[in-house]
Amino acid sequence: MDFLNALVALLNFVIIPATAYGSQLALGALGVTLIYGILRFSNFAHGDGMALGTMFVILTTWGLQAAGISFGPLPTALLALPIGIALTALLFIATDRAVYRFYRRQKAAPVIFVIASLGVMFVYNALTRFIIGPDDQRFADGERFIISARDFREATGLAEGLAFRTSQGITIVTAIIVVAALFWFLNKTRTGKSMRAFSDNEDLALLSGINPERVVMVTWIIVAALAVTAGTLYGLDKSYRPFTYFQLLLPIFASAIVGGLGNPLGAIAGGFIIAYSEVMVTYAWKKIVTYLVPETMAPEGLVQLLGTEYKFAVSFVILIIVLLVRPTGIFRGKAV
Amino acid sequence: MNNATRTPLLFACMGFLIIATGVLQSWDSALNLLNFGLIAAIMALGVNMQWGYAGLFNVGIMGFVALGGVAAVLVSMPPVNDAWAQGGLRMIFALAVGVGTIIGAIMVFRRLKAQRFRGLIVLAILVIGAMIFRALFGPARDAIEAVNPAGEGYLGGLGLPILLAWPIGALFAAGAAWIVGKTALGLRSDYLAIATLGISEIILAVIRNEDWLTRGVKNVNGLPRPWPVPYEIELQEDPGFLARAEAWGMDPVGLSTLTVKLAYAGLFLLVLLILMWLAQKALQSPWGRMMRAIRDNETAAEAMGKDVKKRHLHIFVIGSAVCGLAGAMMTTMDGLLNPGAYQPLRYTFLIWVMVIVGGSGNNWGAVLGGMLVWFLYVQVEPLGTWLMSVMTAGLDDGSALKQHLIDNAIYMRFLVMGIFLLLVLRFSPRGLIPER
Repeated sequence: MDFLNALVALLNFVIIPATAYGSQLALGALGVTLIYGILRFSNFAHGDGMALGTMFVILTTWGLQAAGISFGPLPTALLALPIGIALTALLFIATDRAVYRFYRRQKAAPVIFVIASLGVMFVYNALTRFIIGPDDQRFADGERFIISARDFREATGLAEGLAFRTSQGITIVTAIIVVAALFWFLNKTRTGKSMRAFSDNEDLALLSGINPERVVMVTWIIVAALAVTAGTLYGLDKSYRPFTYFQLLLPIFASAIVGGLGNPLGAIAGGFIIAYSEVMVTYAWKKIVTYLVPETMAPEGLVQLLGTEYKFAVSFVILIIVLLVRPTGIFRGKAV
Repeated sequence: MNNATRTPLLFACMGFLIIATGVLQSWDSALNLLNFGLIAAIMALGVNMQWGYAGLFNVGIMGFVALGGVAAVLVSMPPVNDAWAQGGLRMIFALAVGVGTIIGAIMVFRRLKAQRFRGLIVLAILVIGAMIFRALFGPARDAIEAVNPAGEGYLGGLGLPILLAWPIGALFAAGAAWIVGKTALGLRSDYLAIATLGISEIILAVIRNEDWLTRGVKNVNGLPRPWPVPYEIELQEDPGFLARAEAWGMDPVGLSTLTVKLAYAGLFLLVLLILMWLAQKALQSPWGRMMRAIRDNETAAEAMGKDVKKRHLHIFVIGSAVCGLAGAMMTTMDGLLNPGAYQPLRYTFLIWVMVIVGGSGNNWGAVLGGMLVWFLYVQVEPLGTWLMSVMTAGLDDGSALKQHLIDNAIYMRFLVMGIFLLLVLRFSPRGLIPER
């Protein structure tokens, strides 16, 4: 029995990575859920929008690095983030003007918007690969660890090391700041309240003089901020590869639906549910179990429920269970 | 212009495009275009059944197509006897335990309606079942994969004629579609989309990682050819064929590849025509009218006593089966199953472009869209590369930017497809051949 080492291993391999991943998913799902709440469609271009926005951040980061500007121990990408967000917001608003506004005026069925978003997805996808290429890109710099495994071992004398990477710390802190700012905006400001009114009941909102085009524009700006932040954090934490961002679409949508589409609080909860389940199901528990049970009972296998290559199956199964048991999601989203 | 004149005219244009490719580029690439175009047309036909007849939004086409490819391997490849002897029965037993666990959990879940600890009991069954399954599955898999891993390392197939794989591929896809449809139909249309997206990713993950079944990314190649299609080598050794090549003044090697491709084209055309005939008959029957009535107004159809969810499930399964059939045909023509080649943009979203461009709700439109969009998809690539080299002609030859632009010019095709989809959706939302 070695409870402390087991706890450290649990923190190191499950809790910290899952919290960081959950924050990234939550930010992505917030973007999806806001689009759903205000514009009333599932945006399939979200993953590729994230990839494109992150690309702007990466290019700006490289520019800053070449100019010799750095952010001390923090990654330079954080300095580049506002520029990336601004560019992405412009792009999203331009896309809205060119594509979605027409269907909004026509009051087209939601599924037509979804098909239009497939077209947008193709365009974003091509632009990203055109400019930065399909390969892995590295853009993280600054200090790598807040706590490194070796320092931790030396300081505590435990056998198990605890590594807390800067990217994980930044992800969690940034996510908290962004979510707090978003909820403050939605609940306290006039524009935020008008967005919520528009989401609740479009006709009544229009009747009380809310300008729908303004609401839509603000929504795209916020979605751009959320998507680029989520994309950049994911890229810093893991790696940047355009196709991975497309694949993130499934866990992101699963998070949004599990929490309840259109409900921001649900998106956050959904993100963490999906991330924790994914990490816990695909983690090999052998090490932790070995610490906890008497030596003679130590497991031979990996004690892993599912290989990491099937992590998408986890989001899928949770999604299916929620659809079967409670189709509106845990926090009662907008529609069935 | 009504459809009666429009349809033949547009198909004539399509034929002209393919013939022009033959004259200007080569007959080999023209036949490639035709063959893949026919397969794409069948996929588009399947998606059109779901979307055009019933308004169901399926973005898991890639998964169903890949299942068709797996069927081709499992039916046609010779069985690997060693692997069967080492772990075949154990593997079947393990899979039976896995499936039994799931069925058992579902049955217990249904039986214990009012029980308090229903969730916990079901969870316990699932966890214990999963542990037994893994204990049985692991050794069986290792034993199978250890048999001659460089060339085999999988169970192989049944060694039956590959033509049988086509209906079986359709059945595989239908089974997967039934599971997805059963859970996700009857909810919002977007939920079906997400669920199909998920199932296709999972199917691909299984095909890529379960080496004992499909050899994973090591690919299965050398699939046998279907009955009427000859092998190039045999043709080149056949004196009658050589004499004919001589008489027509053609290179026997070139003629043999053309003959093979023509044989495939004939076979695919036959399948497409049969499907087309069935689809048109179905669309004009009372059943087709009912489907369209449901699509246009679900509430009204429900009030007339139609079981909307059940009808949706039928059409979803049928449409996916057609995609599976097309997938089996494609793998047959390729002669190999390469799980790494399945990309969602190419196998799911491109098919959507085909259906929307061709004209949703119209079978002829879907077929035309399939062939035309495939043609553009293939031809945009050289065009893009050429355009890039013209545009970058002013840059230095050694410049990194120029190299980068030329390297990435292939992504031009996605740009063109996206813009094409958006333009058609906006300015001609009913497609090239509208429904009515």
